Amino acid sequence: MMKVALFATCLADMFRPNVGKATVELLEHLGVETEFPDSQVCCGQPAYNTGYVKETKKAAKNMIRAFEKAEYVVTPSGSCAAMFQEYPDLFRDDPKWHDPAKELADKTYELTQFIIDVLNITDVGARLEGKATYHTSCHMMRLLGVKDAPFTLLSHVRGLEVEPLPNSQNCCGFGGTFSVKMPRISEQMVDEKVDNVLKTGADYLIGADSGCLLNIGGRLERLGKKVKVMHIAEVLNCRQGGNYHGFENQ
Amino acid sequence: MALKINEEKFDDRVSQGLQDSFMRGAVSSAQERMYTRRLSAAEELGNWEEWRSLGEQIRQHVLKNLDYYLMQLGENVSRRGGHVFFAKTGAEAVQYIKEVAEQKQARKIVKSKSMVTEEISMNEALIDAGCEVVESDLGEYILQIDNEPPSHIVVPALHKNKSQIRDVLKKKLGYEQSDDPYEMTKFVRGILRKKFMEAEIGVTGCNFAVANTGLICLVTNEGNGDLVMSIPKTQIVVMGMERIVPTMEELDVLVSLLCRSSVGQKLTSYVTVAGPVTGEEGDGPEEFHLVIVDNGRSEILGSRFQPVLQCIRCASCINVCPVYRHIGGFSYGSIYPGPIGAVLTPLLKGYDDFRELPYACSLCGACTDACPVKIPLHELILKHRQAIVEKEGHSPLAEKLAMKMFGMGTASPSLYQLASKLAPSVVSPFTSDGRFGKGIGPLNNWVNIRELPAPSKERFRDWFIDHKKRGTTDERNHS
Repeated sequence: MMKVALFATCLADMFRPNVGKATVELLEHLGVETEFPDSQVCCGQPAYNTGYVKETKKAAKNMIRAFEKAEYVVTPSGSCAAMFQEYPDLFRDDPKWHDPAKELADKTYELTQFIIDVLNITDVGARLEGKATYHTSCHMMRLLGVKDAPFTLLSHVRGLEVEPLPNSQNCCGFGGTFSVKMPRISEQMVDEKVDNVLKTGADYLIGADSGCLLNIGGRLERLGKKVKVMHIAEVLNCRQGGNYHGFENQ
Repeated sequence: MALKINEEKFDDRVSQGLQDSFMRGAVSSAQERMYTRRLSAAEELGNWEEWRSLGEQIRQHVLKNLDYYLMQLGENVSRRGGHVFFAKTGAEAVQYIKEVAEQKQARKIVKSKSMVTEEISMNEALIDAGCEVVESDLGEYILQIDNEPPSHIVVPALHKNKSQIRDVLKKKLGYEQSDDPYEMTKFVRGILRKKFMEAEIGVTGCNFAVANTGLICLVTNEGNGDLVMSIPKTQIVVMGMERIVPTMEELDVLVSLLCRSSVGQKLTSYVTVAGPVTGEEGDGPEEFHLVIVDNGRSEILGSRFQPVLQCIRCASCINVCPVYRHIGGFSYGSIYPGPIGAVLTPLLKGYDDFRELPYACSLCGACTDACPVKIPLHELILKHRQAIVEKEGHSPLAEKLAMKMFGMGTASPSLYQLASKLAPSVVSPFTSDGRFGKGIGPLNNWVNIRELPAPSKERFRDWFIDHKKRGTTDERNHS
């Protein structure tokens, strides 16, 4: 049986545990055994994106150690997976850490990328009735280069109609610390995203990054909109015949 | 216009931008138009990524050998009978241009659009010296008579609509016709034709200088550049020192990338290559001056920000930037707005006036993706943030403290374990009904407009331990 180490992300660990649970159940359903190296904390992105290199390196070293023994690392976040890709450059002048950093970057996959590229599965057997739209998160699409995998997987979800999101190329305004450092600009960006989501008439907004979903979802909720926000792991984990951590148990 | 376009604080500039609903409508629809046009122009080439790589290689090669190509360019311009002046600073460049004007006893100067002349405040200096300086690019002309800075590097009057333009023409020039763009253009053209004929000096910028021939390439759509280059007896070309290509072959590649990225055209209406007039040619200016401007660029060369010098000023980064989309060009406080401005402006003018610019970015990477010469713009923005943190005192104390704690927490699994376990009860005074209310400093900026769920009582990691003890969910469901 294939075994992967799960990098749950700190957002999922603390705020959206359901995303982690759905990821575990989905991978198990696809015949993959999961483990959770419990010394993992955060990938360091909040510090990195604010310009704090020293602090980022501390976080990075911890993560490199935590996943040292894993053959594959799988994470339900395009942005956090992309952060691991920055590690080798972070340690470019540090031979002791550079190679392990490169090794970690090479064996890390975002969840949908892993299912398509490594497992070669396009239909995970999920079913969810309704109309959805998908938010392409910037880091997953541009930094990690994963564009099609989520759409391919969603196209096989029975009962689900996926409506294209207008201006999907534009950032939702999260940007980590950007959302609190430049709140007024971030507000305009998330409002435009929310308008576009509403234009689709979708029942569900699906995404592969908890950060973006926290942002768009938080704004939708404040505005009293009824669109349900789901992580793609939760959607792909919606199956008949049991009590799974997908939409039914939210 | 100087590089710095206003004295207001960043927050005030942003407020004005956000309140300008016309500008925001104009910018967002222009962005969407440009986005589709650029993509289809790129797609036509079939192998856009290879073109981009080629563009990147050419620009990097030139920067690596800039001393050589500057020398070669200078020699070839001189060989053709032109004068070359290398200006260390903007002031030196302006002084030289003023001296040429005095020598020629010139009173009338026409210009085609040039960002570097704005950067060095050339117009103001010549006007102070008693010259009339007329911008001949339509958008730039409208801004000049209305005394406004550009809000975009390719489409300078992007923020104005046609009825606003009609009002400017009416107020400043007594224009009485409709806001039909054709009528307005015809009216301005009537004025400008006369200016071209009267001018003693023509000043242009330079899209690219071709080192091995000593010729200058201008990429325009209105034809004004060609008139500026050919009618006045004296021509002055002002260029940033990095805007060189080795030969016509590389020019071909970069012009293709520039036109397609900038305006989504295969080629613009006019792509002109000209220079000092040699004996066998019958027409063109009698005297030719090339002013090569450093103005801080040689300090960028060899630094971690060197890739910004690859820029060919196409503005495709501006056209895809989701922040520019909402705040517009003036919010950047510089003639260089958007992602390129957020990188370049603090390099040319320091952090004192422009330290917010690198933070006015969500690091979405759209600019890096769009750049035809592969400048890693969002990474350079990040490098600015690093540089600001490295310089003591430049980042807020509270942030420094938070990041220090972050460093400790993320490096120590046991500390994180404890903190995340305690989190729900620690923050409970600030949460109700599973959501954060107001009260925690920077989080207020979040909860002012959005909900934030309280930390979950059961962390994922706790569930996982139980889950492993119980067996997989599939097994449980099917037993």
